[in-house]
Amino acid sequence: MYQWDFAFLWSYRWLFLNGLGVTVGFTVAIVGFGLVAGLAAALAKLSAFAPLRWLAHAYIEVFRCTPVLVQLVWFYYALPIMSGIEISAITASILALSLYGGSFYAEIIRGGIVSIDPGQPEAAAALGMTPFQAMRRIILPQALKRMVPPLMNQSIIQFKNTSLVSVLAVPDLLYQGQIAAHDSYRPLEVYSAVAVAYFLLLFPLTIIVRQGEKKLSTSD
Amino acid sequence: MDTQSKIEIAGLRKQFGDLVVLKDINLSVDEGQVVALIGPSGSGKSTLLRCINLLVTPNGGQVRVGADSFAFGPGTKLPGTRALANFRAGTGMVFQHFNLFPHMTALGNVMEAPVTVRGKSKAAAREHALALLAKVGLADKVDEYPSRLSGGQKQRVAIARALAMEPDVMLFDEATSALDPELVGEVLGVMQKLASEGMTMVIVTHEIAFAREVADRVIFMRDGVVVEEGPARQVIDAPSEAATQAFLGHFHRGGAAQPVTGAAS
Repeated sequence: MYQWDFAFLWSYRWLFLNGLGVTVGFTVAIVGFGLVAGLAAALAKLSAFAPLRWLAHAYIEVFRCTPVLVQLVWFYYALPIMSGIEISAITASILALSLYGGSFYAEIIRGGIVSIDPGQPEAAAALGMTPFQAMRRIILPQALKRMVPPLMNQSIIQFKNTSLVSVLAVPDLLYQGQIAAHDSYRPLEVYSAVAVAYFLLLFPLTIIVRQGEKKLSTSD
Repeated sequence: MDTQSKIEIAGLRKQFGDLVVLKDINLSVDEGQVVALIGPSGSGKSTLLRCINLLVTPNGGQVRVGADSFAFGPGTKLPGTRALANFRAGTGMVFQHFNLFPHMTALGNVMEAPVTVRGKSKAAAREHALALLAKVGLADKVDEYPSRLSGGQKQRVAIARALAMEPDVMLFDEATSALDPELVGEVLGVMQKLASEGMTMVIVTHEIAFAREVADRVIFMRDGVVVEEGPARQVIDAPSEAATQAFLGHFHRGGAAQPVTGAAS
């Protein structure tokens, strides 16, 4: 029978906290950049200019239809050789995870925009608004409300995806866990603790999302 | 083209795919005149109205409102988004389904375009919006969101929203068709007030009694062409074309002779 012993974990607390900080920092970065990429791709896909639509379509499908771990490794090892530009593991990770998330965000944002009653842009146009003004003042504020729950869900997935950056030796929570496991020879306790840490951070978030959904379904 | 009139449409053509919805339409509306477009569903009257502010891009012909003129057809360049926006800012439109902005209060709806499009200060836009909402009888509803308003109230907010841009021309696209019968009167009342103030108006309507009472001219359309047009009472009381007679025959004979207030009942 295995003797569980969690007490020693306390001596690794700074290592874990450090990793947690990197994980949270990565999440903030890839959610932020991912949303920017997603919004750009969504607007491009709705553009009247066909080449822009094709480009956005290609981007979305390539990133949705390849595994994110493969993208991560490819951005770190293959892209520098293809482009001749050396990039750090952190840059490659942020790039890959942001673009991966962006491809999913794009479809969520596009869906939100097309779900708005066509009478809304029509009324905006009749008042003399340019398509840009109508998007910013009329369509996006309404669409955003509908997009928030699925965007939050996707962001939770993004949070979990940050654990993949440990394969590029980026010192996130999981990577620091690996260090602690090797150091202490007690991987079972360490990985249990890592799992609990992810859960404790994410579970409250999912509750917030669910309450947000409920609030949205009761209003309008 | 005639430079006296406010609106001038010449040789207008529109088709959606193979479906021709407007065939060579000519129309001229003088300043201060009220013109009612009537006709069966699918006759092209709503499309014609949407061509006046270019929400629908014609396939051929010319559209002029005030001093702004656009030509369409082979060899002509479509107007850019900026030119289109400027042009539309000068015409107000009221829709069958109101199309109020649900994320803004009544006041916000009316203030939106003057601030965003014209760059008016919020204080000035607010003052003007409050006056307009009072004019349409909604001074006590300025802070309500559209979801809390009745259909008639929504449509009156929509009219105030269009008027906030101080348009030269108002276009009404079946403004009362989506309303419960008891709410039609309050909207028609506002429209009649506008007409009496000298607003140039083009109205697509099924309210024949209202058209007879308020419009200067009535245009009867069917299958994308103007079948008959003339002074409102003449076209409605004594139509000369068989198609007009058949269409008007669907409406209660007595209703056509009643005053506007009767239209609401």
